[in-house]
Amino acid sequence: MHEFRVQVGPAAFRIGSTWKRPLDQVADLYRDYPTPDIPDYSVRLEAVSLLRRFIRPSVGINGDYMLPDAAPLPLAQALLASEMAMNLQMALGWRRHLLLHASAVEKDGKALMMTGASGSGKSTVAAMLGCKGWRFMGDEFVLLDLLTGDTVPFPRLISLKNDAIGAMQVTALDGRFGPLMPGTPKGDIRHLVPARDAIEAMAQSAKPALLLFPSFGFDPIVREILPSEVFIRLTQASTNYVALGEAGFTTLTRFIKTVPARAIDYRNGEEAEALVNQLWDELT
Amino acid sequence: MLLVDALRNPAGTSVLDAEGWTALLAMARAEQLIGTFARQLSGLAVPAAVRRILEEARINAEYQRRCALWEADCARRALADYPGRVVLMKGTAYAAAGLKASEGRHIGDLDIMVACADLPQVEAMLLTAGWEWVKEDAYDDAYYRDHMHELPPLIHKERDRMIDVHHTILPLTAGPRPDAEVMLADAVELDNGLHMFNPTDMVIHSAAHLFADGELDGGLRNLWDIHCLLTEFADANFWQALKFRARQHQLWPAIRRAARLTHQLYGTEIPQEWQSWHRQDKWYVLRLTARDNWGRGTRKFIRLIFYMRSHWLRMPPLMLAQHLWVKWRKG
Amino acid sequence: MTRSQTPTFKAGQVDGLLVEPLDQMTLIYQRRSGVTHIVAEPIPEILAVMGNDFLSAEDVATRLASSFDLDDSNATAIVLARLEELASLGLVERRNA
Repeated sequence: MHEFRVQVGPAAFRIGSTWKRPLDQVADLYRDYPTPDIPDYSVRLEAVSLLRRFIRPSVGINGDYMLPDAAPLPLAQALLASEMAMNLQMALGWRRHLLLHASAVEKDGKALMMTGASGSGKSTVAAMLGCKGWRFMGDEFVLLDLLTGDTVPFPRLISLKNDAIGAMQVTALDGRFGPLMPGTPKGDIRHLVPARDAIEAMAQSAKPALLLFPSFGFDPIVREILPSEVFIRLTQASTNYVALGEAGFTTLTRFIKTVPARAIDYRNGEEAEALVNQLWDELT
Repeated sequence: MLLVDALRNPAGTSVLDAEGWTALLAMARAEQLIGTFARQLSGLAVPAAVRRILEEARINAEYQRRCALWEADCARRALADYPGRVVLMKGTAYAAAGLKASEGRHIGDLDIMVACADLPQVEAMLLTAGWEWVKEDAYDDAYYRDHMHELPPLIHKERDRMIDVHHTILPLTAGPRPDAEVMLADAVELDNGLHMFNPTDMVIHSAAHLFADGELDGGLRNLWDIHCLLTEFADANFWQALKFRARQHQLWPAIRRAARLTHQLYGTEIPQEWQSWHRQDKWYVLRLTARDNWGRGTRKFIRLIFYMRSHWLRMPPLMLAQHLWVKWRKG
Repeated sequence: MTRSQTPTFKAGQVDGLLVEPLDQMTLIYQRRSGVTHIVAEPIPEILAVMGNDFLSAEDVATRLASSFDLDDSNATAIVLARLEELASLGLVERRNA
């Protein structure tokens, strides 16, 4: 089995693969990241059968934590499989911070977080802000420190989908992109490597200062949200809130009592950026 | 094997390098022994990365313990008006009684045993309290009720947790016929009014589960339970009582093999006369320790033999043929 | 349920719950189960007045009336329904009288 190791924020991964080429792709995109000695989790990209190792090769996602019904992906999407496998380990195994399905960027030691359903734009807006003076902290998971409440970075490859790919290729002119993967279960996907400053500062946390619930494709508007609704939405966005027990409860209640939250609708990147700046100035 | 050695002699891990730790942790996770492993290593100096991984395992074990005990309490309340005994089994029982076997243990579904004649009443009370059926297929349902030793699985609709209600400890189609009535009669009462098996029955159930019922999947964890139970209960009278009781349940060979294996692998102290090695034991050891540095199961041929054997044990050959035929027809 | 069979209810230990009032909702974390409940009034008020005894719905309604403004003539029935819900969630213990 070929092997590659990578440290992302506080998590260390060992990625094994039956085939060498996908691992070379992963290694190239993550080349500026640290290499850990002892991984927190191991994942394996494996052929589902001996035949499928060579003929219409198909990548099964295995590892310390596995989903029994996970459908394998074609070899051309092995990079996606690798990212999904790492997500799965974090989602099922991580207990060191409260894990929220959200994106985050940082400015002046304070973090802006965005959470919402797939298609809400949280990844794309975070990626865009990361090119416009903010430090990118993550687009898939935000980690909250259980003692201090700080947001801890988890800057993996940014996963851009469909129209966002074209938009970011324009915005991030110096950006390093992975291969274009058309026809995945979620449409076209292309990965963007976070900027150098995001990688170098991957151990620097920030105080959460603003939480946004973005919705893409609507006229720009800002709405307040009640704390109880924020709480419910965040527990739904967390994979480990229940497992953390009391620590999860105190961390999340501290968060909703100290961090202002708004829902924003927007139609394009400019509107999103304008709303973000307006609310950042107003509330933080 | 790396994992077995580390559980048996935790201090020996001080010589491990990064590769060794990586392999050990992958194996421990694959065998669902990482919580136990974390417990064994507490207080010992380990690399910082390992310390963080083990702390995570401890938090998870605590979470599972909390869920298991709460689930038992929910069952207790649902069955409050049932006059018979409700006996907790396996991990939940160990946790409820504060046994060493519960420390760091992975606990899954809730298993309880009640008197066979009371199954309809217990089933009705659980359904009233919010549990519902998991298996939808009528054939599997009939098979479960007629031949297995439990009701078809029930899941609670709000908490999303499963409960298995047993009336004996082995399938009715298996060879040995343990005496479920005396197990119920001799069960020990816990503080909350629920029960657990007495010490000898607890060990016998664990051994039965390991050998007579399963393919040895999760065998190292099951064997570790037996190691903890034997270590906790062992005194001058215990071994004689265990032998006598095992014979009563027609499970003496299972107890002897379990004792030999845990002595061989984990160094459990057992009576001298129980220690002589049996020629088939090495196959069991090979099967139990079949993990590579990524935690993958190895020794596929030996696994296949045990898989076939487990079905053979669970049902007579003619029934097995019929069962596999129906399963194949359904695709 | 006949007249003589009035159920009684008892709240758990005071330190068994973490209570966080938010807006119209209150968060209650139960340590023993690890479950977080999101409840509206009068649940937090009911739990607050119950103390450590086994009480009937009528007892609880009386206690509520003296501490809060309860002007509903159907108070006992409403309180009984809430107590039965709390019992099924394991937040209070239930006993047939």
